[in-house]
Amino acid sequence: MKRIALIGMPNTGKSTLFNRLTGAHARVGNWPGLTVELLSARIIVGGDMVQLVDLPGIYDLRAHSGDETVVTTFLAQNAVDLVIVVLNASQLDRQIMLLGQIARPGLRLILVLNMADEAAAMGISIDRETLSADLGVPTCLISAKYGQGVEQLQGLIASALRGEEPAAADKTGAAVGERGLEAAIRRSVMVPAHASHALTERIDRYLLHPWLGLPLFFALMFLLFQAVFVIGKPIQDGMSWALVAFRTAVLDPALTGLPAVASGLLLDGIYNGLGTVASFVPLIILFFLGMAIVEDTGYLSRAAFLMDALMSRFGMDGRSFVMILMGFGCNVPALMGTRVMRSRGLRLLTMLVIPFSLCSARLQVFLFFIAALFPTDIAGAVLFSLYVISIAAAMLTSLVFKRRFVNDDPFVLEVPPYRFPTARQMLLGSRHEVGHFLRRATRFIVAGVVLVWLLTNFPVGAVPGGADTWAGQIGSLLNPVLSPLGIDPKLTIALIFGFVAKEVVIGSLAVIYAQEGGALMTTIAGQLDWVQAYSFMLFTLIYTPCLSTIATLRNEAKSRTFTALAIAWPLALAWIVSFIFYQGARAFLN
Amino acid sequence: MKTAHPNTLDALHPGETGTILAMHAGAELYRRLAALGLRVGKHVRILRRGRFAGPLHIRVGTTDLMMRTSDASCIQVQRSHF
Repeated sequence: MKRIALIGMPNTGKSTLFNRLTGAHARVGNWPGLTVELLSARIIVGGDMVQLVDLPGIYDLRAHSGDETVVTTFLAQNAVDLVIVVLNASQLDRQIMLLGQIARPGLRLILVLNMADEAAAMGISIDRETLSADLGVPTCLISAKYGQGVEQLQGLIASALRGEEPAAADKTGAAVGERGLEAAIRRSVMVPAHASHALTERIDRYLLHPWLGLPLFFALMFLLFQAVFVIGKPIQDGMSWALVAFRTAVLDPALTGLPAVASGLLLDGIYNGLGTVASFVPLIILFFLGMAIVEDTGYLSRAAFLMDALMSRFGMDGRSFVMILMGFGCNVPALMGTRVMRSRGLRLLTMLVIPFSLCSARLQVFLFFIAALFPTDIAGAVLFSLYVISIAAAMLTSLVFKRRFVNDDPFVLEVPPYRFPTARQMLLGSRHEVGHFLRRATRFIVAGVVLVWLLTNFPVGAVPGGADTWAGQIGSLLNPVLSPLGIDPKLTIALIFGFVAKEVVIGSLAVIYAQEGGALMTTIAGQLDWVQAYSFMLFTLIYTPCLSTIATLRNEAKSRTFTALAIAWPLALAWIVSFIFYQGARAFLN
Repeated sequence: MKTAHPNTLDALHPGETGTILAMHAGAELYRRLAALGLRVGKHVRILRRGRFAGPLHIRVGTTDLMMRTSDASCIQVQRSHF
């Protein structure tokens, strides 16, 4: 099967083009020589099946940062029949150099000038035919976002794979000198004297305002979280009602013939555990959708601009802040995102603080406890306070460790114009995240809830969920450590399983209490007060991240000592913070 | 009327433009800057400066960038007064 690689600079819409060409069939996979996974898909071109691989965005093929090494290693170790070079049509003056670096004898190339709609809006005109002839590379102007020109690109790909176009590299080879490329651009591309994004400038006057910028940023984030809650809560209530109704109407009668142990495992274990988790999926999807919109608009780079001065005092930079924000979805991709940092000190420090980001799995735990113990009108504020503490824990950690992990990385970043994602982009963008969450969730949760059910129902003869069960014994063993935090033995079990994956916490509570959804909330609200619940949430927020995060940390840092630090420090910090809160609140309220 | 004297990029004020004379950066940073459009002879305009000694928001060609003043100080420019 022939193979096509997609290469381009960051912010050129490469992933949008990949989605446009492949539809919804992409998968992640491993490649020879690479420790990172790449997205690839099989597509039909001119009647043949070919493989399209999306490579990370790079600035310069000769550089040595993580992503650049991924691209050079991929090209060295895998046969590639065609490289599609994706450039931003409105920034050709600087991006064309990448084409010269990729071109080599015998390698077929297609040049894609993406975001043609933006270039046209800025008044930039491009003579595609002259440019293509000067460079000796088939060239097309497209807008991957709106789908314009994609058919023409498919035609170019088909004829390049059939070998109809001459292998252009020899001719490109003649023009590749940087001066040759620059001259070709000067001949074919006309840029008006003051080309700029007028709307972006108007918006930035407010969003990057010296005094308003940061308050607006936090206000917008708060609104996002509040909106997720307001829209998602009724859907979640409906889901958990439907799950209970299904159990009483269908499952309970159907399984009456089974022995008590089997129906207990199936209904109180697996169905209640999975059902309680499943009812939170709509909220998680909404959250990812919101984050995908924020990311696609280009507002995250403004966040980096606004926060850099503050972050530099903590030994990090604006990018670290963006990684912390990305970690709000899932810590794992955020940890991998630190590859763009070349300073090892900065990278390790950022990796140490990312696990404090309140990820979607922890969000689900908090949504449950907040719904159970706090009135709806302050629910948004309670949740927001946890986000603030999440960032504060990260900042405190960096203050403590910034002298050990010194940042010497330059800070130079592109500020893309504001873009408003299409509905298609939003759905495709959040689809991978949601899919990832669901795969992880189902894998860990089924195993987790079964184990919890066994621990809370055995040895034979013990009262289910009682103190004599294995779980009860473990809980009372750890009781001296956790009772000063207001965390009782039942919650302790949930915390132990949360070490594997936070997605399991609510599922295991459902099993421990042998109840689900609304009934579980009522029971927990009857057994805990809000101080205990908040203390439990603080501990869950800060303590040791899940197993996937630890595995990723170890993979990326390649250091045992660092991984050990990344496990031990959050555990200690969680205990101290919960202790101070719980004892302080108790003393204050009495 | 136009007068000019050499300076570093971080010394420019918002609204001012300078022409890059030289970039005193190591090979790796030099390439990154070049890939982002910062090359000798290019015009750079300061759009704004971040609060509390934050980064510069600059425009070179059709590309907008942010960079820390400490990194901008390695770029020597000729200030243009219009």
